[in-house]
Parts: sequence; structure tokens; C-alpha cells
Amino acid sequence: MIDRNTDILIVGAGPAGLAAAIAARKEHIESVLVIEREKEPGGILRQCIHNGFGLHRFKEELTGPEYAQKDIEQVSELGIPVECSTTVLSVSQDKTVICVSPEKGLQRIRAKAVILAMGCRERPRGALCTPGTRCAGIYSAGTAQRFVNLEGFMPGHRVVILGSGDIGLIMARRMTLQGAKVLACVEIMPYSSGLNRNIVQCLQDYHIPLYLSHTVTDIRGRERLEGITVSEVDEKRRPIPGTEMNFDCDTLLLSCGLIPENELTRGAGIDISAATSGAVVDDMLQTSIPGVFACGNVLHVHDLVDNVSEESFHAGRAAADYVRNGFTGAEYITVCDGEGVRGTVPQRIRIPSDSPVTLSFRPSDVYRSSAVVVDCGGVELFRKKSLIFTPGEMVHIELRPGLLKNLPADSITVRLERN
Amino acid sequence: MTYQADVLVIGAGITGCAVARELSGYKVSVIVLDSAGDIAEGATKANSGIVHAGYDARPGSKKALYNIRGAGMYESLCASLHVPYRRNGALVIALNDTDRTAIESLKARGLENGVKNLDILDHDAVLAMEPNISPEVKCALFVPESAIISPYETAFALADHAAVNGVSFRFGQSVSSVERLPDGSFAARTDTDTYTCRVLVNCSGASGAYIHNQLSGQKLTMVHRRGQYYLLDREAVPAFSRTIFQCPSPMGKGVLVSPTVHGNLLLGPTAEDISDPLDTATTAEGLSDVLRKASLTWPKLSVRTNITNFSGVRAHLTTDDFVVGPCEDCPGLFEAVGIESPGLSSAPAIGLDLSGMIAGYLGLSLKESFLPCPVRPRPFNEMTDAEKAEAVLKDPAYGNIVCRCEVITEAEIRAAVHRPVGARSVDGVKRRTRAGMGRCQGGFCMPRVAEIISAETGIPLDRVTKNGGDSYILSGTVESFLKEETVHD
Amino acid sequence: MEQNITCINCPVGCRMTVVMSDSGGFLSVSGNTCPRGAAYARQECTLPQRMVTAVISVSGSRIPLSVKTSRPVPKDLIPAVMRELSRVRICVPVHSGQVIIPDILHTGSDIIATRSLT
Repeated sequence: MIDRNTDILIVGAGPAGLAAAIAARKEHIESVLVIEREKEPGGILRQCIHNGFGLHRFKEELTGPEYAQKDIEQVSELGIPVECSTTVLSVSQDKTVICVSPEKGLQRIRAKAVILAMGCRERPRGALCTPGTRCAGIYSAGTAQRFVNLEGFMPGHRVVILGSGDIGLIMARRMTLQGAKVLACVEIMPYSSGLNRNIVQCLQDYHIPLYLSHTVTDIRGRERLEGITVSEVDEKRRPIPGTEMNFDCDTLLLSCGLIPENELTRGAGIDISAATSGAVVDDMLQTSIPGVFACGNVLHVHDLVDNVSEESFHAGRAAADYVRNGFTGAEYITVCDGEGVRGTVPQRIRIPSDSPVTLSFRPSDVYRSSAVVVDCGGVELFRKKSLIFTPGEMVHIELRPGLLKNLPADSITVRLERN
Repeated sequence: MTYQADVLVIGAGITGCAVARELSGYKVSVIVLDSAGDIAEGATKANSGIVHAGYDARPGSKKALYNIRGAGMYESLCASLHVPYRRNGALVIALNDTDRTAIESLKARGLENGVKNLDILDHDAVLAMEPNISPEVKCALFVPESAIISPYETAFALADHAAVNGVSFRFGQSVSSVERLPDGSFAARTDTDTYTCRVLVNCSGASGAYIHNQLSGQKLTMVHRRGQYYLLDREAVPAFSRTIFQCPSPMGKGVLVSPTVHGNLLLGPTAEDISDPLDTATTAEGLSDVLRKASLTWPKLSVRTNITNFSGVRAHLTTDDFVVGPCEDCPGLFEAVGIESPGLSSAPAIGLDLSGMIAGYLGLSLKESFLPCPVRPRPFNEMTDAEKAEAVLKDPAYGNIVCRCEVITEAEIRAAVHRPVGARSVDGVKRRTRAGMGRCQGGFCMPRVAEIISAETGIPLDRVTKNGGDSYILSGTVESFLKEETVHD
Repeated sequence: MEQNITCINCPVGCRMTVVMSDSGGFLSVSGNTCPRGAAYARQECTLPQRMVTAVISVSGSRIPLSVKTSRPVPKDLIPAVMRELSRVRICVPVHSGQVIIPDILHTGSDIIATRSLT
């Protein structure tokens, strides 16, 4: 077994890991190592061949592979090693990482700081408890995306999509353009969690009906999928008898949400937030183990890759600071989710703070003409209005350093308030 | 084509595999047929995985006899087959005073059947043992001899062991007709082939009565009884370490909550009589029934961690007992029909008995050399770091983790394809290695598993199936779809 | 003639009504919250345009090639663009940014590779 040391070890070479590596190196940390389980860096962007990435960060509209390529090139110019085809098996409390690859075998790498950037995965069928047969032809939208865009194979001819998240919408258009027939997109909620742009350009452009407040209630087919039943649901998401519609399809794609992939995090004994399914972090994106940081979709599921990169630059800089200065123990205030707010990150903020703190969260419902408000012990610290807040779009607010001084309580609450 | 063997076994479930494995110790040619694409595709892959201690079966019945004998064989059998076995114990809980009486009579019946170490525990003792059981519990029958196994892994190992000792397995062979020829031999016909044999063994599960009634005047009537399940994800601290039964009813043993040998939790089954034995769909009613009943045992039950739902169909005879042995009015036909619960528990004993009877009938002698069951390497995720390092050094494919959730390597998936009775489908790999069995349900690894199957077998990627037959995973190449120019606008 | 469209510029998703002349000319828009909405409505009702991305097969590579239009093309030409893409014959190596089809269907947009294949 190979034994090595590094200053910063980054798990994952997707957009989060690459950005963290770039930021850490720019802070003059010489020994940065990125570990990637796939054969190439780039993460899920490699299969996201549609455009729409990078408007914020690069001021141009890129496809996923093009966005990834920019980071890959910069990592390469900075001379940061990325070890691909290497899977991390465990991360321990003392920041020892065990990983394995066909070429180097088992390695034990001792790091001064670790950045977790493993990304997320899709909710599978089991999580939906949809009754019916267990035939072939039912895939998560991302699996189908990989088949089409990276492997060059089509998963089926006649397709229904369950869930109207952006991946599902994007796959509706992809399957249609590549020669399949998409019969419908079915969403259990009364609203879509996808962008308006995707609803117009991926569904309406191709006359694909979107059934809101509907779900799949039966799956038929002994070997390959032969058909499904779709029913309307009531406000408690229970199917309404008598509303059944049948679709003859050979493919059902599931786009029913993403879950941060935190097996390694749990294995390390790091505290996990029930709201985000990611690690509990402070404003340095440091987890409950000092020197272990998390960023990108493994921390909380983002809507835009540009924000993943931004957050990961922050994690890279924080890890660099940790390597140079060690853990500077601090006092914390807790960040709580109030009305309409789900999974605010970070969950803890060091005080006193001399740099601005960005809080990110998802609205739990659609809020029109509302305000995001931050309170502390009955005192309002912050208020910002917006025409709309939707669950599909993450909200980011920045708290000035001065705001968090002389607080009346040891926690702040973030909430949405309707006008 | 016509194939000829001394013995033809119809059905490659746990019973058929047990018979074949016992027969492979004799000097005799054996073919095993199955209509599905793999071993264990019927009730064997979709049951509770419990080796029952034997307190439930009616004293004097074949169910009681074979259950007690089979359960006693499993621990050493599993060790010799290198498959998991865990004597985790069981509790049959009483939730009201009627149940309390039933528990008393279950204990008496268990003692009559010869079950050891039975004990009745009071409320406090039950909750001390399993704190997640409902506080409503009155008392419980404690059954320390109850055990859990992996039914399909056991069947795979039995099949492998039979295969290395000369038994051949043929899949996708649905027997449409069987006939006893004038010379006393048999002919079994499938869509494509004819098989002739001197002894026919009917271990065909759901088709048991269909095969039997073609050859015997003493007709059997079979009821197909479906059971639906939930399989929950592994948790750091499992909610239960023992199998928790509710009091049995005429329709079966009720809904249980049990750990599996791999640390998941199983909830189920329902008991619904259905007309189509191949209808293994789950239903909204069935699944909610499981939840309702299981939450009586486990009030804090949440299916937030559900991994999958499945159902299996038990072959229930109206006579309510197993049929095991030679057919009275058809010499050369040996049968194991109506093998519903406790069929899994009974399979090793049925296999031993039937093979002994067949050996006597054909006058068989034992082989001089009987090869042991092939040892399979320890799963990568159970190795120590030193063992892992050595494994990758010997075979770099151990360094390629294909299934993230269960940490299954390319080397293990290749090995599953190349086992004596090897995997040919994604589900076949899944059940042999656990790749795709975890919380992402193959979302990441399924395309790669399909690629490895294709590479190792030469089956084109778009002809690889989920589970045999026409269960193709892919419908064609991007190129072929674009050529059809069927852009729908 | 009236046409209803949903604005795609932001999550508000304004439902806008566009009034068109009988000859298809743009007359007015209502329901928008901001000028970006009005501009989108006008473009969408007179000459809707889309970026097209796709994967095509490449001889000598098992892996498909992802491509995009260098700029948006008229929406009603998307099926024709896909037909052109199904006919294109290319082989490895391809580098990211390489023009696969120049000026596709005289739209002024090129088909460009978005990844490299060797």
C-alpha cells in the first residue's frame, strides 16, 4: 500500500472539486491533490451537453463539457495533479484518506485538510414507492442522459418523464431531438421545480404536455416497460380515483430530486443536516471535523453550476487558511430555518466575523412579492424584497460583517415574509 | 434440438438446485431447466429469507417434518457453500389477549414439533430485547433457533456446486408439455427443444400442479398467493436485530419485520390470492397494507429509507401441505410441489430426500470424487486494508469500484459473469454481487455493469437485459435513432 | 391577433399577451413586468430562435460527439438541423470548438464540437 502526504486533498473533480483546487493553489498551497473516481475530470457536466452554463461566471453561455473544460485547463495550467479512476473508500477523523485505483492500488494519503466535493445523486424509484412491476425501461433521468450523451445509446422509443426538475425537462428535449417520442411530463406538485426557460424550450417547443398535480400510480410490463397509469393527486398528494390516464410507453424517466452523496461524510462521523442531507458547516464551509470542508452539491443541491464554483472557491480558500493557520477556535451563532425557508447553509457562523457571510437556502413554497428577513432575538437584522421566491431557485443573501456584532441572542433565523 | 439425460429437473429455484446438487454426487447425468433467464427467479428471489425454527407447521405434516430437518441442515450447508447464515432469533409478538392465547398454543406446537429453546417473554423482557417493538406488546414467543439467510445467494451456490460436479443448467426453457413414453421414460417439450429422461423431477414452483396433472390421475389444485414487501436501506444502528413476527393467521405468518443478512430491513409480506402466477407486480393497496400491519409491530416505522418494493408468488396447494416424493401413479416422476413457506427452510431436507429416492429408483452409486463448492473470494468491501492492497496488486480490476453504494469492484462483477452458472443480466450480477442493490439502485453503476457483461460475454450492449427475456435496457444506438429521422415536432 | 406567452427571463414567469397584426407584425405587449420581458415577447412572436445541442455518431469512436449551434437558429428549423446532423459523416480526431458544419441551412450559425474525441 502506498503511503503519501498532501496539504489539501479534494474528493471529486467535478465543478466543485476543480474550483476548490484552483482557489487553494491560488492561495499558494503547493501540495493540492484531486481524487476522481471517473476516468476523466469534469463530473456530471460531462454529460450535460445542453447550453446555459457559465452566464454568471464567464459572461457567456456554455455547454456543460465546455464549462468543465475551462476549469480542467486551469487546473492543468496550475499544475494541480488530478488522479482519475481512483475511488476514495474512507475519510477518517484524522484526515487520512484511503483510496484505490487499478494503477496505484490501495493508497493511504494523510492530508492536512480535506475538501469533500462528491456531488449528488438522483432519487431512485424505490424512494417513490410507486407500485407496479419491476421491468426494464425505468431509469433516473441522469442515467438516461449518460446513456445518450456519453455512451451513444438510446434507452427507448416512447418516453414519459416523472418529475419536472430541470434534468427531466432537459431530457424531454434531448430524447425528442434524438428521435424518441416524449408523451408527457408528470409532476406531483402543483408547480414545476424547473426553470421557466426549460418549460418553454424543452416542453412547449415540442408540444409535450406537462401534467401538474399528477403522479405515476401503476407500472406495467413483465420484461420491458409496456405502459403506465398517471393519476391526478389531491392537495395531500394522494391519487384521486377516477382520474387515471394510461400511457403506452417503453421508457419512464425519473427526475424526482437530488440527494447529496454523503456516504464518506457519514463514515467519517461528520454531522449531517436533516434539511440539506449535507454536512453541517460553518461560514468557512468547515464541517464538524476541523480541517474537513464541504462544497458544491455534496453540501446542498444547487440550481446553477456558477454558484457551485463560487462556493467551492470559498472552500478552497478556507482550506488553504486552515493549512497555514490551523484551527482558530471560535464562538458560533446558529442559523435557523424560519417560515418558508429550508436548509440554510451555513448552519453556524463564527463571531465576531470580519468578512461578509453568504447564506443560501431553498424556499419551501412559491412566495410572490415577499421578503427574506433575518431576525435575531426579536430584532430584525436584514430584509430584502423580491417579486418571487420559488423552490426551484436557491436564494442567496449576503450579510455585511457589521450586522453580526453585539447580537441579542446566540442564533439568527432566516424566514420568508409575504407582503 | 433433443437433449437426453438420466434425470431432468424442472425448476431452478432453491428446491430444484438443492436436488440437483445432491444428485451431482452420484454417477448420473442431470439437466436442470428453468423458464426464466437465471437461477432463483421465482419465489426463491422474493421471500422473507427466514429459516424458520418450525413452531408453526401442523405436527405430523410434511411441512413440519421438512422444516425441522431442513432448518437443522442450514448452518453447515451455508458454511460449505460460503454463503451467509445468521441465527438472529425471532420473536412472535402478542398485541392483544387473543394473541396471548395463540402464543401459548404456538409454543406447545413448537415443542411437539421438536423446536428447542422456546420461551415466552413478558412485556418488559420483549422491550429490553427489541426496544423498537410497540409498547402495546403483551408478551412474545422467543425463538432463538430462527435464522436468516440470503435465499437467492444460497440457490446460486447450490447451482454452482451442482455445475462443477457435472450438472448442466438451461434457461429460457418453459416446459409446455410432459409425457411418459411407453418405455417408461419421459419427454418434456419447450418452445425450442425436447428433453428425454428416465427420471423427471418436478420442482417447478408455480407450475407444480400444471406439470403434475399432465402425468398423474390424482389431480392437484394450486392457489397462487402473492406477497408484497418493502426493503429498507441499511442504517448505522438497525431498528431490529431479530425477526419480529405477528401472530399467524390462516393466510400465512402475517407481516414480519426482519433484518436481512446484509443489514437491510424487510417488511412484509401480504397474502393475496391471484390468478396469474407470473404477476409479481406490487399494488398501492398491497403496499399500504404492509405498512399498516408492520406499523403495529413498529410504530415508529418510516419508509423514508425505502430502497425497493417487490413481490413473490407462493405456490399453495388446497391440501395445505407439501407434496414430496415419488408420484404414486407415475413411476419415475419425483416431486416437490406446493413448496410455500416453510419451503426455503425445508429445501435442503427435500433435496436430500428426493435425491436419495431417485438414487434408489435408478440404482445409482456415488462418485469417487465429489468436488467441493468453489470458494469465492471474500467481497472487497469486507477485506482488511492489507487484503485490499494485495487483491488490487494481483488483479487491477479490484481497483475499479463500479458500484459506489455497496463498494463492488469490476473484478467481482467479472467473476459473477464467470461463475459456473454465471450472470447474464444486470439483475443476475446484482443478485450475485450486490452491485446496484444499494440506495441509488444502480443509477450510477447500471450502465457500467451492462458494459462489463457485454465485454465479458460478447453480447452487444444494446442486447444486454435487465433480467432475461426481452427486458432489454437499451433500444438502439444514437446513430440508428437519428437515421430514422423521426424528429417529432 | 393575440398570442399568449410565458416570459423565460426570470422565475416570475410573467404571462404576457402579444397583439399581432394580420400580416404577423408585432403591435403591442401587455402583462410584462420589465423591458426584458417586452423584448423577449417581441422576438418570440416574430422570429423565435433557439440554440440547438445534440450528440452525433463519429466513425472510429464508440463515444458520441456533443455539438452545438454557434448561435441561435430559427425555432422552426430545428427538425431540419437535426436531419442535417443525422447525415453528417465525420471521423476522429475531433477537437472541442471544431466546426463540424459551417453555416448550417444558411442560418449563419455553425455546428461546433463541444468536446474532443481522439
